[in-house]
Amino acid sequence: MFDIAASLAKIIILTHTTLILAMYMPWVERKVSAWIQDRVGPNRVGYAGLLQPIADTFKFIFKEDVVPGHVNKTLFVLAPCFAVIPSLFILAVIPFGPAVQVMGQSVDLVIADLGVGILFVFAFSGLAVYGIVFAGWASNSKYPMLGGVRASAQMISYEICLGLSVVGIFMGAESLRMLDIVQQQIDGSWNIFTQPLGFLIFAIAAFAETNRLPFDLPEAETELVAGYHTEYSSIKFTMFFAGEYAAMFVFAALVTVLFLGGWDLPFMDSASFAAMGNWGALLGFAVFLVKSFMFLLLYVWVRFTLPRFRFDQLMNLGWKVLLPLALVNILITGFLNLP
Amino acid sequence: MPENALNDYLPVLMLLLFCVSFAGINLLASWALGKRAPTNPDKDSAFECGMQPLDQGRQRFSVRFYVVAMLFILFDVEVVFLYPWAIKYKALGMFALVEMLVFLGVLFIGWLYVVKKGALDWNTQPKPGRLNK
Repeated sequence: MFDIAASLAKIIILTHTTLILAMYMPWVERKVSAWIQDRVGPNRVGYAGLLQPIADTFKFIFKEDVVPGHVNKTLFVLAPCFAVIPSLFILAVIPFGPAVQVMGQSVDLVIADLGVGILFVFAFSGLAVYGIVFAGWASNSKYPMLGGVRASAQMISYEICLGLSVVGIFMGAESLRMLDIVQQQIDGSWNIFTQPLGFLIFAIAAFAETNRLPFDLPEAETELVAGYHTEYSSIKFTMFFAGEYAAMFVFAALVTVLFLGGWDLPFMDSASFAAMGNWGALLGFAVFLVKSFMFLLLYVWVRFTLPRFRFDQLMNLGWKVLLPLALVNILITGFLNLP
Repeated sequence: MPENALNDYLPVLMLLLFCVSFAGINLLASWALGKRAPTNPDKDSAFECGMQPLDQGRQRFSVRFYVVAMLFILFDVEVVFLYPWAIKYKALGMFALVEMLVFLGVLFIGWLYVVKKGALDWNTQPKPGRLNK
């Protein structure tokens, strides 16, 4: 009973953090882009436009949900679900803070500390491709179709780089468990220092996996209108949007856990977190969020710095540059870790 | 410990339920609260920048997308094979290093073959093979 209540609390905390971040990321993005481009940005609804995301959400719900006659209805409805469910589901294995003490019991701040850990992440981030492919196919229209096939090719190509870039981490941590990987970084040094090449490959692949600029080919608005969600409106469009931003947060959280030491602070170790009791857990959660948010800001920064790739450049980068680099990274790690 | 393993997955199931109901409630809310307007042929047709749709929506697309999909399956399986080896790397020591060199060598030769064959070139025509020279 206690376990179920604890799991429920953790699920509510983590999913709501993600959803609220996903809701406010567009606002952050608009504000930062306005700042980069010397504009004002949203400033009408509430102070500094802070109520804008809430207004947008309600507006999306109250708009007409057009299901055009030429689409495949089942897949058309399923696609936005497949876009949003996997990105939230990956949260299951992401540890977001040191253990808390509740009613005399120690509770790890991770929804499920699975032995397969990161494999779970790759399994379900792979499922996100289906949402986009379904959308492209079900729409029965040219632009979504093009966006759909592009997205599938792009996402599966970079998934290989994503998978290869983290192998070096496992060689250090000797585990796929997320908590073990964080613990290893708290005891030793952060993986970004021991695996700089792996971090670079993972970060680039994360941009491609979430279809963010400079890899937003599937929805390249200047050539494909809106790509795979051209035919979507109202809440279904919002779900694609929410799915994309939730995926951004999930990948930011993954970068934090795998490379930036999770909730680790340079001058603290596990004992000093434990000494602070539940305040330590809260501090850990805050550190985790700040680190993730930094990576989210990097997404925005890159978006307004780099132009979009051409499709052949994108595929070349993935297959001919990042993949051999990832293999070299494994090789180097192998030689360095030789006992 | 199979019992423990199942207990591990109970929160995962709860999270899945939460995610599915989140998607379901969203769709339901829009269905219940959304505006409904009469439809017409133009609204019903596929979007093509304001033009009447020409031809079918589902066009033929480049065969290279299939090639990429096939290559993905090959390489992704090889990536998964690397994981158990990576976890036991420190325990296995020198043996693991040699094993890795062989495995990564095979992987690299496969990759080199794919690149040389022009399977990943998007701009040029495929290189003429023995059959279509």
